[in-house]
Amino acid sequence: MPTYTAHVDIHLQPAVLDPAGVAVQKSLQQLGHRVAQVRIGKSIRLQVTATDETQARKDVEAMCAQLLVNPVIETFTITIEPG
Amino acid sequence: MADLARFGVVVFPGSNCDRDVVQITQTCLGCPTRLLWHEETSLGDVDVVVLPGGFSYGDYLRCGALARFAPIMRAVRVFAEQGGLVLGICNGFQILVEAGLLPGALMRNQHLRFICDQVRLRVERTDLIWTAGYASEITLPIAHGEGCYQCDPATLAELEAHRQIVFRYDPVAENGSVANIAGICNRAGNVLGLMPHPERAADPELARTQGGMDGWRLWQNLAQMARARTDKGILAG
Repeated sequence: MPTYTAHVDIHLQPAVLDPAGVAVQKSLQQLGHRVAQVRIGKSIRLQVTATDETQARKDVEAMCAQLLVNPVIETFTITIEPG
Repeated sequence: MADLARFGVVVFPGSNCDRDVVQITQTCLGCPTRLLWHEETSLGDVDVVVLPGGFSYGDYLRCGALARFAPIMRAVRVFAEQGGLVLGICNGFQILVEAGLLPGALMRNQHLRFICDQVRLRVERTDLIWTAGYASEITLPIAHGEGCYQCDPATLAELEAHRQIVFRYDPVAENGSVANIAGICNRAGNVLGLMPHPERAADPELARTQGGMDGWRLWQNLAQMARARTDKGILAG
């Protein structure tokens, strides 16, 4: 079966306060940068085997629903590439 | 006197308040108490299961997210669904929300502050085994970096409507929790999660110098009343 690299990008939902993002934003502003907002998320890279890209995406979606993402506070995007 | 309750305290890799609970339930109260390793699949004969504080699985991914899938948690879920008493303290609370046994989520404290303090709490209801006989205001220690309780407005309305908010920080939640929530129960009231540590305020030897004794009644209630619930057939271990 072919191998795919999946990239899961996880962020707090827009309405949820990200205290780490706010702290980093303030530090950047203190350094003189003009930063309107900072949101800190997580990036997870997985190597999966699947029959095709559609199946790979389905599998990773299942992983997100089951463990990787907390839908109460987080959102996510998945990108898949061969290899 | 009724038979004393049998306690089971779950130990995950990274739990660090498990022995504190045993100190109270076994040493101070004389209740049979066993440590339940996270890889076990059965709880045995227990009347109360405690998910203790700590940093299960190093808090990797999200606090409580990995502990939720430990083999023992399947048994805890069944126990809870049958009406068994499940208490999640601090990290244990985080595990209960990740497992969906309680609604909402616990996030990084506002201002990123790890808070280690004695806090005043309002006890919102005393018709539960956990809180029977409590005064409306108590003081308990907290120590957490991720205790900011969050949920959507619909969930909050439900929590309020079904009187599931058991403890609130008074006057305000330094950690940023919505509605000043410090502890909630499920609708049936048999599953309780809270960020404060009742096991750190229940040992008379320590009470004089730190912590006070406001956690004592919760443990005493369980010790004296939990066994009778089991014997009445509310659950089968």
